[in-house]
Amino acid sequence: MNDMTNKWIGARTIRPDGADKVTGRAQYSADTTMPGMIWGKLLRSPHAHARIRSIDTSKAEALPGVKAVVTQKDIVEFALDKSVMLGIQDMRWMCRNVMAREKALFHGHPIAAVAAISEEVAAHACSLIEVDYEVLPHVIEIEDAIKPDAPILHEWNQFEGKPSNIAGTMVLKAGDIEKGFAEADIVVERTFTTRPVHQGYIEPHACTVSYAADGRVTIWSSSQGQFMVRAMTSLLTGIPQSNIRAIPAEIGGGFGAKTIIYLEPVAVMLSKKSGRPVKMVMTREEVQRATGPAPGSLSTVKIGAKKDGTIVAAQGTFYLQAGGLPGSPLRGPVGCSFAAYAIPNVLSVGYDVVSNRSKVAAYRAPGAPHGAFAAECVIDEIAQALGLDPLDMRLKNSAKAGDKAIYGPTFGAVTFKETIEAIKHHPHYRAPLDKAPRPGVKRGRGVASGFWYNAGGESSVQVNITEDGNVVVTTGHPDVGGSRASIANVVAELIGVDHARVNVMIGDTQTIGFSNLTGGSRVTFASAMVATAATEKVIGQLKERAAKIWGIEAEAVKWEDGMALPAGDNAGKFPPLSLKELAAKANEMGGPIGNQTQLNTTGADPGYATHCVDVEVDVDLGIVRVLRYTAAQDVGRALHPGYVEGQIQGGVVQGIGWALSEEYLYDAKGRVDNASFLDYRMPVCSDVPMIEPIMIEIPNPKHPQGVRGVGEAPIVPPLAAIANAVHDALGKRFYALPMSPPRVSARMDEAN
Amino acid sequence: MTDIRYVAPSTLEEAVGAFAAASGAARILAGGTDLLVQMRNGVVKPGTIIDIKKIAEMTAIEELPDGRIRIGAAVPGVVLAEHPRFGKAWPGVLEAINLIGSKQVQGRASPGGNLCNGSPAGDSVPAMIAAGAVVTVQGPGGRREMPVEAVPAGPGRTNLAPGEIVVAFTLPARPKGSGDAYLRMIPRTEMDIAVVGCGVSLTMAGGVVTAARVGLGAVAPTVLLVEDAAKALIGSRLDDAALEAAAAACRAACKPINDKRGTIAYRIKVAGVLLKRTAAIAAARAGGN
Repeated sequence: MNDMTNKWIGARTIRPDGADKVTGRAQYSADTTMPGMIWGKLLRSPHAHARIRSIDTSKAEALPGVKAVVTQKDIVEFALDKSVMLGIQDMRWMCRNVMAREKALFHGHPIAAVAAISEEVAAHACSLIEVDYEVLPHVIEIEDAIKPDAPILHEWNQFEGKPSNIAGTMVLKAGDIEKGFAEADIVVERTFTTRPVHQGYIEPHACTVSYAADGRVTIWSSSQGQFMVRAMTSLLTGIPQSNIRAIPAEIGGGFGAKTIIYLEPVAVMLSKKSGRPVKMVMTREEVQRATGPAPGSLSTVKIGAKKDGTIVAAQGTFYLQAGGLPGSPLRGPVGCSFAAYAIPNVLSVGYDVVSNRSKVAAYRAPGAPHGAFAAECVIDEIAQALGLDPLDMRLKNSAKAGDKAIYGPTFGAVTFKETIEAIKHHPHYRAPLDKAPRPGVKRGRGVASGFWYNAGGESSVQVNITEDGNVVVTTGHPDVGGSRASIANVVAELIGVDHARVNVMIGDTQTIGFSNLTGGSRVTFASAMVATAATEKVIGQLKERAAKIWGIEAEAVKWEDGMALPAGDNAGKFPPLSLKELAAKANEMGGPIGNQTQLNTTGADPGYATHCVDVEVDVDLGIVRVLRYTAAQDVGRALHPGYVEGQIQGGVVQGIGWALSEEYLYDAKGRVDNASFLDYRMPVCSDVPMIEPIMIEIPNPKHPQGVRGVGEAPIVPPLAAIANAVHDALGKRFYALPMSPPRVSARMDEAN
Repeated sequence: MTDIRYVAPSTLEEAVGAFAAASGAARILAGGTDLLVQMRNGVVKPGTIIDIKKIAEMTAIEELPDGRIRIGAAVPGVVLAEHPRFGKAWPGVLEAINLIGSKQVQGRASPGGNLCNGSPAGDSVPAMIAAGAVVTVQGPGGRREMPVEAVPAGPGRTNLAPGEIVVAFTLPARPKGSGDAYLRMIPRTEMDIAVVGCGVSLTMAGGVVTAARVGLGAVAPTVLLVEDAAKALIGSRLDDAALEAAAAACRAACKPINDKRGTIAYRIKVAGVLLKRTAAIAAARAGGN
């Protein structure tokens, strides 16, 4: 069931959440209210690094209107010496992230929480909490945190036998790296830095929580996984999962960062103590200070190649910021930077570095853009030195089917070359570029590629035929990128009914089977797979019902265009039975028609992307603007092309912000100095051109519709593509992001 | 929690009376696009808010018989943009005012608020200074006039006396051959705050500059009138040497800080670049008038 003649698969159907969103009816996290509800607020650390000697909440508790106060004593503690994992999250760090325990590890780290009759009273009560801090020296940047005399965040953490801020390492190798470099005709080694960047979702974290008198808890919040909300809240409060109903709200953006929680366990404990429903809503400032971001990085990449461009060795050393607690996404740069290339000798090493910043969270292809920025810029430099077209250099080195990936598995089909060819033959790459259109203005063009693993994993779906012969599909995944529309297309196609007759809903934790996070570019892959399996079983039931009505064998019935038909002349002559007719007879012919399917899905092949960008630089002011952007990606099968294009465009725009303008700025006291959308400069609409997506549809053979994850690969190439374009324009390479106007201007004033 | 008193007087005398009576605990509300944000962020906690938009003079645009134009301090940006003649006489002032905030903010934000907010980066202020605008101020001691550049005292502070309210801006009559312009450097294309802002007003005769004023924003604790830059332009044909001298004067006038919006070195450099670009636009406009 996958070809271009499909009626609904591949159609740009009206999105099921669209009307609610444009009319303001959609219920986001902060939109739930309850009778008797009170407000929770967090007291946050005023210091970047401090030991907490004591917390006195008595004055806050005595303030009229205050109903409950929560500190770390109310959150389940996970001992430092024993790892308890939930997915990729270590609960030792999560319990200390939602509420500081021994130490405040960053400015803004939650110290205590108050629930009161209004936000104002709760905020006032927070100011009455007396915390005795022993203020400690702080450290923000990687370069400083790895110095031998750096302030140590966690005395118990040892690296190479000494207390250290390096909290973890990851090493991948292939071949013999020294031998590889010895064989090379050219070796280029460069060091790159990127700054932490926030996911920038418009919806701040928020939740409403009710702890009822019988001990049952209901949580309304948006996230990238209601089951994660339930499991993590359960672990941090000690309440069994069976008593926690996590209801997913519409989500106003997550981009990875809503794969963990901040507020829910705190709100649960406030609700439990007060006996009242509790609502907590972060301000934008709190979001910027204490949630996300993606790590900053310090990377050194060394690549050796033959004169013909064949890469013979690649070495990467990637330091990533973890924030105040361990856990940066090392597998991103370590595993992805060289994965798309067939390189015989590779050494890729990552270091997880803690410093006094908010704990990093996943952000679209976590860690992969950092690594690709370094690797793809070095490849560009080598191609230039060898006089090769940078796309030809990539074509020459593409991994192929049967190659062993640096991160373990053996590749099936590798569709990297197709993305390179798509750019190479696109009019954009061939269009002439006037490199000096006006005095003081320079233009340049750059390309880069990217790789992301993609993922499968657990997914549950319920497909029910309603009594009036329509279809309700319930999935367990929050919809962040069009999964509802995509699933509706698949189910409508399979059953053969109009798309408008299929209503796709998102179930809560107590009404649908376990479904893992919406992340890793996995949800459309996994949910389409389970929805296909469930729908096929439903069609089987429909055929059985028709067979029963006609008194023939079920195998003698076929299903076409939403109707049961005799499979051939031998089956007998019967008028077709429509879905509506079968639904009307369902109960007398055996009961309700429906199926729940739950699978741990596999077969998610990697995503490949190649991008081309033209930039224009205002040389005197140092302003870089993107003029034209074309992004080619193997998307497998675009179940809903509008959403797939949106994923590619969204990833590119975030990459543009990362490359040119976004960064966390800290003051001398270790406080974020730009905790607002005004001074944390994400691109606005007028900053970016129309991003032209090229969807290459090479069906993934391991998926019923050929789906391949698309959400993450598009943020991997832009950093390097833009840096390479700026080099083409100015003749200077930039090894540090963002290429903001003051930086570009300073670089232009440097002697060559 | 403390209550806030809101008053909306219909005369200036009442407004001044209420403002003076509150002895520092009141804030003036025009468009509110700074005040409400500051209140929300807990930066200010006024006991009284005095809404001046009900006072006719504060929202009037008047063309005086001698060619001057008087703008009420609370006139929102969109109203100025819709005025049939203001933008023709003062395109630079108008473009500066219309850079304050988004479309929605434009419906509320006023030049009076922009000036009294005291931000060194206020967009309308360098353009108003370049225009030679004079503000009318009314307070407990009566009415007085002061040049725009005399109003700011430092970030968030003005030289207004206690109880004084800015009532109007008066822009001088425009001789033939005049043009003005305002440019700012922002990292984004919109929704941003000036890293440097530059206003230039020129009057030219036969290709020679006969009068010039230059206002420079976001490079010092207050928006600056750069008289040396004007001097470098007056009498010139805007040749490269004159422009470079004016740019050098702008750079010399800068006393910026390193902050999240720009470095000292960058701001100083940009001040010179913007002077040249702004002067070129003003000259082109002067040539067309």
